[in-house]
Amino acid sequence: MINEISSHTVNSLLEKYPFAATFFDGHHVQTEGREEGTVQTLLARSVAEAGEDAITTADELLEQLTEHINQMLLFLADDLDTVRSLSILPGTHKDGSPEGFSNITINSGETICIVGPTGSGKSRLLGDIEWVAQGDTPTGRHVLLNQQVPDRKWRFSPTHKLVAQLSQNMNFVMDLTVREFLEMHAESRLIDNVGDVVMRIMDQANDLTGESFAPTTPITSLSGGQSRALMIADTAILSRSPIVLIDEIENAGIDRRKALGLLLSEDKIVLMATHDPVLALMGGRRLIIANGGIEAVIETTDTERGILEELAVMDRRMMDLRNRLRRGERLG
Amino acid sequence: MKLVTVCGPPSSGKTAVILKSLDALRSRGRKAGVVKFDCLSTEDDVLYEKAGIPVKKGLSGPLCPDHYFVSNVEEIVQWGRSEGFDLLVSESAGLCNRCSPHIKDVLAVCVVDNLSGVTTPKKIGPMLKMSDIVVITKGDIVSQAEREVFASRVAAVNPKAAVLHVNGLTGQGAFELSSLFDDDAKEVESLIGAKLRFTMPSALCSYCLGETRIGESYQMGNVRKMKMD
Repeated sequence: MINEISSHTVNSLLEKYPFAATFFDGHHVQTEGREEGTVQTLLARSVAEAGEDAITTADELLEQLTEHINQMLLFLADDLDTVRSLSILPGTHKDGSPEGFSNITINSGETICIVGPTGSGKSRLLGDIEWVAQGDTPTGRHVLLNQQVPDRKWRFSPTHKLVAQLSQNMNFVMDLTVREFLEMHAESRLIDNVGDVVMRIMDQANDLTGESFAPTTPITSLSGGQSRALMIADTAILSRSPIVLIDEIENAGIDRRKALGLLLSEDKIVLMATHDPVLALMGGRRLIIANGGIEAVIETTDTERGILEELAVMDRRMMDLRNRLRRGERLG
Repeated sequence: MKLVTVCGPPSSGKTAVILKSLDALRSRGRKAGVVKFDCLSTEDDVLYEKAGIPVKKGLSGPLCPDHYFVSNVEEIVQWGRSEGFDLLVSESAGLCNRCSPHIKDVLAVCVVDNLSGVTTPKKIGPMLKMSDIVVITKGDIVSQAEREVFASRVAAVNPKAAVLHVNGLTGQGAFELSSLFDDDAKEVESLIGAKLRFTMPSALCSYCLGETRIGESYQMGNVRKMKMD
């Protein structure tokens, strides 16, 4: 492969592997006006011009470029949607006593809640899932994907992260408009129909929040509710991670039921760490965390579902009143 | 004794990441120590002491911090061995983004944070591009999209590295990093004759002239030594 890449002209390489442009840019390799020459010549020239500032030799650069192309091809070929289920097999609590369940399997399009006080072991549980633990973490748990021992790539690859996270504490920090931001994310995912995807995310995000926003709004000036709505729509549609952890998005000023619906409709496995009854009762099951382990798994009862109905009515009323206040209306 | 070099821009979370990882190692019965390199001053040694981790502090003062590091790295290895550590971590800041303390055949870790912006991976030199493991911190306060874009930019400049997300506050990911220390770091008896992965910047000592070998006989000119007693 390495010989094939080095003998390509720069033009034909970029045509075949457009993402190589990111590599050239990251390594300060100037391609302009050098498109007709071979990759080998390009790299040699770039290293020679850098003089004593050169970090690597041309051969090393070529090797890294090949690695980059290989990884990106894997990234494109690999169907992450093949994660259809997540299973957790029990380990132990902090004190060494066994956990209170035999096997938890969560399928894509399904949601499960995680409840328990701060410090009870929620981070560890999430850590075990991200690391696809195989009895080699402090809890001794095993994590399976599609009922099988997963590939080790989940542990180290920057492009194969199992879990996407959404939490109350997250903010946008870049100086970009909503459209630029979504385009950048879409480009990093190497998708073709960037414009369509951006529009779809905009529509979904605006559907989740009471106050709509434009593609030209800078992301840092979005309100709390708008930010949360954009993060959720973006994660549902653009994130490759098959599992989404929602961490305490209680008073976010968004339609939580719709938000969850959107994630589930994109076939995500949704874990919710929350004590908000509206969210917690939407899950079919709850994991009770205590003393560093899972104490029990309980099913949502019919009585609880009844409570959820009541709460949903109140929730919609609150949301409606909030929107009317925002519009400057009188209530009642 | 195993050796790991950890570097990264100032305030990227190196100390927090090391503290949480060594905590995880200690729970598995390993004895670890740290040498903290900095320029003018540091309070991080107090943090390590509070956590019960043996620590040495080295301040480069008027000298280039990277030259100072390489002039002392053999001595800190011998200090670590005499203390009976299973693992020694050297922590140094990469202030000018050019250099790196990474040594051939010594596990090299670079810590970068999500808040530093998506152009950072391109700006940082060998410190990031030549490391074996890239740890990304502060993922809990930026959006999922920014995390994904940042990680993909890291992967573009260092395709061979393992990339881990570590939360310096909760310690999420630190256990996993510590297991890489255990599995991937090599035993070191002495670094004399070992080589840096990348030359240091030009200034006034033998290393400024392109020397990469370690050991007193290779050091000429403006060399400052740490007090090891």
